[in-house]
Amino acid sequence: MNTEGDLLHTVTADDIPESRKLTGRAMVWVTASFFLGLVSIQFAHESGWTEAGFENWRPVLLAYLLWATALCAAQVIVNGEKGKRTLFVLPAALFVISLVVFPLLFALYISFTDWNLASLDGAQPNGWDNMRQMWRDAFYWNALKNMAYYVAAVSVEYVIAFGLALLLNAQIRARKFFRVVFLLPLMLSPVAVSWMVGKSMLEVRFGPVSRLVREMGFEPSFFGTPEMARFMIMAMDAWTFIPFMMIMLLAGLQALPREVIEASKVDGASGWQSFKEVIFPLMLPVSVTAIVIRIIFKLKLADIIINVTSGGPGGATDSVTSFIFREYRDRSNVGYGTLLAMVYLVLIIIFITALLKLVSRWMERPA
Amino acid sequence: MNAIFKDDAVGRKIQVKWWSSRVAIYGALILWALICLFPIYWTLTTSFKLAPDVMRGNMIPFVDYTPKWKGWESLGLSPRLIGEVSTVREEFLKRFWNSTVVAISASTLAVMLGSLAAYGLSRFNYRFGFMRNSDISFFFLSQMILPPVVLALPFLVLYKSLDLLDSRIGLILLYTLMVLPIVIWIMRDQFQGIPVELEEAALVDGLGIWGAFLQIVLPIALPGMVAAFILSLVLCWNEYFFAALLTSTDAKTLPVMVASQTGSQGINWWSMAALSSAAILPLVIVAIFLEKYIIKGMAAGAVK
Repeated sequence: MNTEGDLLHTVTADDIPESRKLTGRAMVWVTASFFLGLVSIQFAHESGWTEAGFENWRPVLLAYLLWATALCAAQVIVNGEKGKRTLFVLPAALFVISLVVFPLLFALYISFTDWNLASLDGAQPNGWDNMRQMWRDAFYWNALKNMAYYVAAVSVEYVIAFGLALLLNAQIRARKFFRVVFLLPLMLSPVAVSWMVGKSMLEVRFGPVSRLVREMGFEPSFFGTPEMARFMIMAMDAWTFIPFMMIMLLAGLQALPREVIEASKVDGASGWQSFKEVIFPLMLPVSVTAIVIRIIFKLKLADIIINVTSGGPGGATDSVTSFIFREYRDRSNVGYGTLLAMVYLVLIIIFITALLKLVSRWMERPA
Repeated sequence: MNAIFKDDAVGRKIQVKWWSSRVAIYGALILWALICLFPIYWTLTTSFKLAPDVMRGNMIPFVDYTPKWKGWESLGLSPRLIGEVSTVREEFLKRFWNSTVVAISASTLAVMLGSLAAYGLSRFNYRFGFMRNSDISFFFLSQMILPPVVLALPFLVLYKSLDLLDSRIGLILLYTLMVLPIVIWIMRDQFQGIPVELEEAALVDGLGIWGAFLQIVLPIALPGMVAAFILSLVLCWNEYFFAALLTSTDAKTLPVMVASQTGSQGINWWSMAALSSAAILPLVIVAIFLEKYIIKGMAAGAVK
């Protein structure tokens, strides 16, 4: 990224009269006070202090939208040309801030309450009780441990994806056909995959994979033992996401300078040598990007687990997300569940930051 | 040395090596293609099977068994039932329509917001308080690591009070939020690849910065936008977690419908297979025809 000065210079003689600036500022403040006024009215109504109010908070949302629009328009009215530049980023920034920051603050509050949707009392702050409960919750720690296994599985996916990318990059016929076919699993929804593969092909009695296993003389049991069940979940998730890494690596391979590889051939390097000494080192930056993004996606893993094993046997396949999903849906224990989610978020941020720091130090370039 | 005819010992050795590497490469390619295609093939064929065919493990239609419309009839989508009124079909089409509307609107919104932000960030210098350009970029991209589970409950409560629960608008907003970082990531790369001189020329010719963006830059960046759009479409169409928590009757999407049928024991294999096929077919078609854009989108961020 450039750090000093605009890349696109605009020279403008903005001569904005005071009255126009005043109008712009007035627009923002009027709509803001209108919004805050509605908030206080509705809050008073919800608390039962006043009769006047609306059925729900939707009018407040509309007032918020009005304020946001006024804020965007005021940028141009007050700042002229400079405001037009701000207008590029402002809508997206407002959108993300209002949809992420406020809910996160709210989640932080809920996570220190004993709120259960089934109880009638509503949310009551209960200090560090949730934290203590989490400390003793073996299932949560187990889910975190599983996440470590799942993340570790990315390394195997990486090897397979790299292999496939090399194959697709080789001199082959029908390259487009293979590329489309290899891409297909990524298109399928994890829910459909969990039925197609997890519930139907791996079905113990009639599933084709079970038949194959029986032909080979084993007794099929895919979700019986914890290790096997975890492996099957990993395999299904890998099946859907290997194309993702494969395509990123393929793009990297195609962007490699041809001369370097040809030079290594001229120097008499064998296929394996030129891969180990030339291609792989050149592919490191792309590999790191692909792996980091894959890990980020992996940390959200839930759909397949929810639909195939719902965490069983005995929590062996639980990911953090699927565990909290059940905490919400089956036990309605929202206060505790939200605390678990917040702790998970903190852990993820620490983990990803450390990972990026490590990678950038190792690669000796800013990430 | 008779190098031209390559039939001496050394030449033969090279030929054998070449052929064996060909066999290995195509073997591996075909093996993985089978791994990719078999589940889809299995699902499609199962949707035309009857119970005995499933139990006998028949694989090839017309050879092992006679295809029947039983599975598709349970969705009201067979030649026999297509003319009649069918409640299951209406239910299915409603879910299908919900998925379509939500995925397309969310992707459109995300591409619009994301392209603007990405363009601004790749061309101008901003200062919002302590935040500079790199901080703003990081702020947007860092949303990618936000796990959905953290936002799920606040949104449940927020939407309840806003009366947006079980509505398409609610899902659209959330999905836009979910794919926005990816769109910004792809589009920033696209805009950085477009030379600034183009816009400078446009500015000299009297266009404003918005005019230059809309008339000069957007048409050039269109393939990138299509790539970002399709990638968003795939992610939104397949999203399950939020849809399962935030919708119940009206706005339920296709993945939730598929998931709600798998829960019960004694699944009707043929009808589940038909439902799964119907849920995956749109994206399979997208993949076959727009593969170029999907690959372009995913490659955009990878290669610098």
